[in-house]
Amino acid sequence: MSSGTLFDKIWNRHTVDDADPALLFVDLHLVHEVTSAQAFSGLELAGRSVRRPELTLATVDHAVPTTGRGLGIRDPLAKKQVDALKDNCARHGIQMFGLDDPRQGIVHVVGPEQGMTQPGMVIVCGDSHTSTHGAFGALAFGIGTSEVEHVLATQTIRQGKPKSMAVEVDGDLPNGVTAKDLILGIIASIGVAGGQGHVIEYRGEAIQNLSMEERMTICNMSIEGGARAGMIAPDETTFAYLKGRPAAPQGSDWDEALEYWRTLRSGEDSEFDAVRKLSATDLEPYVTWGVNPAQAVSVTGRVPDPSSYEDAPRSEAASRALEYMDLAPGTAITDIPIDHVFLGSCTNARIEDLRAAARVIAGKKVNERVSAVVVPGSMQVKLHAEEEGLDRVFMDAGFEWRDAGCSSCLAMNPDVIPPGARCASTSNRNYEGRQGRNARTHLVSPAMAAAAAVAGHFVDVREWS
Amino acid sequence: MNPVKTIAGSMVPLLRADVDTDQIIPQQFLKRIERTGYGEFLFYNWARDDDGQPRPEFVLNEPVRRTASILVAGRNFGCGSSREHAVWALQDWGFDAVIAPSFADIFRNNAVNVGLLPVELDESIVNRLALLAASPDATAVIDLETRKLVADGVDETFHIDENARKRLLHGLDPISETLQLEASLRAFESQRPGWLPTTTSF
Repeated sequence: MSSGTLFDKIWNRHTVDDADPALLFVDLHLVHEVTSAQAFSGLELAGRSVRRPELTLATVDHAVPTTGRGLGIRDPLAKKQVDALKDNCARHGIQMFGLDDPRQGIVHVVGPEQGMTQPGMVIVCGDSHTSTHGAFGALAFGIGTSEVEHVLATQTIRQGKPKSMAVEVDGDLPNGVTAKDLILGIIASIGVAGGQGHVIEYRGEAIQNLSMEERMTICNMSIEGGARAGMIAPDETTFAYLKGRPAAPQGSDWDEALEYWRTLRSGEDSEFDAVRKLSATDLEPYVTWGVNPAQAVSVTGRVPDPSSYEDAPRSEAASRALEYMDLAPGTAITDIPIDHVFLGSCTNARIEDLRAAARVIAGKKVNERVSAVVVPGSMQVKLHAEEEGLDRVFMDAGFEWRDAGCSSCLAMNPDVIPPGARCASTSNRNYEGRQGRNARTHLVSPAMAAAAAVAGHFVDVREWS
Repeated sequence: MNPVKTIAGSMVPLLRADVDTDQIIPQQFLKRIERTGYGEFLFYNWARDDDGQPRPEFVLNEPVRRTASILVAGRNFGCGSSREHAVWALQDWGFDAVIAPSFADIFRNNAVNVGLLPVELDESIVNRLALLAASPDATAVIDLETRKLVADGVDETFHIDENARKRLLHGLDPISETLQLEASLRAFESQRPGWLPTTTSF
C-alpha cells in the first residue's frame, strides 16, 4: 500500500496549480436555490459562462414546500428564488431536478442516490453539509457564494490545504446506539471547533461496519465539529451501494473505476496531524440539551450545571443555552416533554433512517401532545419507503407523510416550529432560532425521535420494546 | 473587491463563543437573490424582540454604536452554515473587520473573498479589546500591510493567512487569476478518466 493519507491522495490527484493555496479541480459541483443566485448574477455581470455544466447538478430543497406542491410555491420570495435557479440552469445548460421531478430532494441525498457521488472525487456545494459525500471516500466540502461563482466559471477551487485528523472508533456500536449517536458522541468529545482547519478521516472497526447511510450521517455532521470535511475510505460496502446507480460507471468502465477506488486508502505508514480515539462500546443514545451540537448528554443523563465548566466562555454559553432552552440544571433528560417531532434532513432522512423509526412506532400511536412529521430526504426515498409500506406505518401512528426537502431542519419553507415549542429533531443543528424563532431543538437519532413521538417525552430507546 | 489596507474605527464587543451564521443572519432573510440589503437583519433574533422591535439593550442597537466598523467577537466566530449572507450582512451594517480568537473555516474564506478582514488574536488580547470596546469611544487601527493592531494600550501583531493578506491588500479577482491558468486547466481536463460521471448523461 502506498503511503499518504486518503485525503492526500485525492488532494494531489486534483491539483491543477501546485501553489499555496492550491487550485483543485472539482469533479462535481452541486447547486441549490439559496446560495447560487448571486453567483450566477456575478458570472453574467462579468460576461462569463459556466465552464463545465455537465459536471454541475442542481436541485431545489431549502425553501420548497413539503405539502400541496400541485399548487406551486406560495411564498413569493421562495418562488422567485426557485424560478431564478430554473432560469439560470436553463440558460447555462445545467441539469436541474425541479419541484416536479421524481429525483428531486435534498442535494446531499440526491447526489449519492443517483450515483453521482463516487470515491476519489472532489465535490463542492454552497452548503456546509457537503461533507456528507465524504462517506464515499470523496473530498467534499461546503463553500460560500463567491466560491460558487469561481467554480461555475472555472470548475476549480482555490484552497489552502487543511491538516488531517484521524478519528478512530474501535469496537461495535451497542444495540440501540446509532450512527447519529456516534457522531454526536464524537462532536461532544472534540467540541464544535475541534476539527477546525482539519479534514477528518473516520477509521476503525466501528466505522467499517457502518452502512453507506450510516456513514453519510457521520460525515454529514463533520462540519458540526468544525471540520473542513469528513471522509471514510471506500470499501466493498461503498462499491455495492454504487453498483447499478444511474450515474455509476458500467461494464469495463466499472472495472477500471473499481481498480482506482481500491487504491483509495490511507497508507499504513501515513501520519495524521491529529488523532482522536473513541470506543464505540462506551457510546449511548444522545440528546442535545443546548444550542450547539456539542451540548449533548446521554439519554440517561441530566441537563448539566453551567457552573461545572471551568472554561469561562463555555460556562457562559451553557448558561445562555439553558435560558433559551428553558431548562433547569439537573433535569433528567427523560423528563423533558416534547411538542414536535421532525424526522428529516440531510443527516437522517434516508431509507434506513425511515426504517429505523418505523420499527419503533409500528403498531403504536403518536402521543396526543405531539405533532410528528416525516420529510423523506428525496422523492426517491419517499417512493422507496412507500413500496415498503412505511408510509402506512407512519400515518397509522399519526405522523404526517410529506414530500422531500430540507423542511424544518432550517425552516426556510413553511415548516416552521412555533415559538416556545420543543422539537425532537433528527437534523444536524440545534442553534437558536434554527427551526423557528424561539423554537427549542433537541437533536437525536431517528429511533430516539420516534420513541419520543410516542411517549411525549424522551425515552431510552434501548429499553423500548 | 476593493483593496483593504488600513482600517480605523470604533469597536463593538460581542464576546460570545461559537456564534453561528444562523445568528448572524437568520434563515428567513436568505430568500433574496441580491447581495445587498442584509444589514438591517444582522443578528436579527438578538437585536429584535418578538414583535420585531429593536431591543435597546442589544449592543448594536445603541445609537452611539451606529458608526462602529470593528466587531470584537468570541472564539469560533461564524461557525455552521456556509451562507455568505452572514458576511454580506456584517459589511452591509458597516463592519470592515472582525477580531476574534478564531474563525470557522468557511466563514473566514467567505470574509476574505468579499473584503471583510478577519483578525485573529490570542483570546487574552481579544478579551482586553472587548473591555476597551465597552466604551463606545474605543477605537482601533488595523494595518494589514504590517499585520499590526493598535488600540489604547494594545499594540499587537495579528495572524492572517499570507494569501488572504495579499488578496485583500490588492483586491484581486480570483476568477480572473484562475482563468489565466487556462493551459494548465486544459491539460488537467484532458487526462481525467472517461468513466467519471457527468450530470447530463442520465
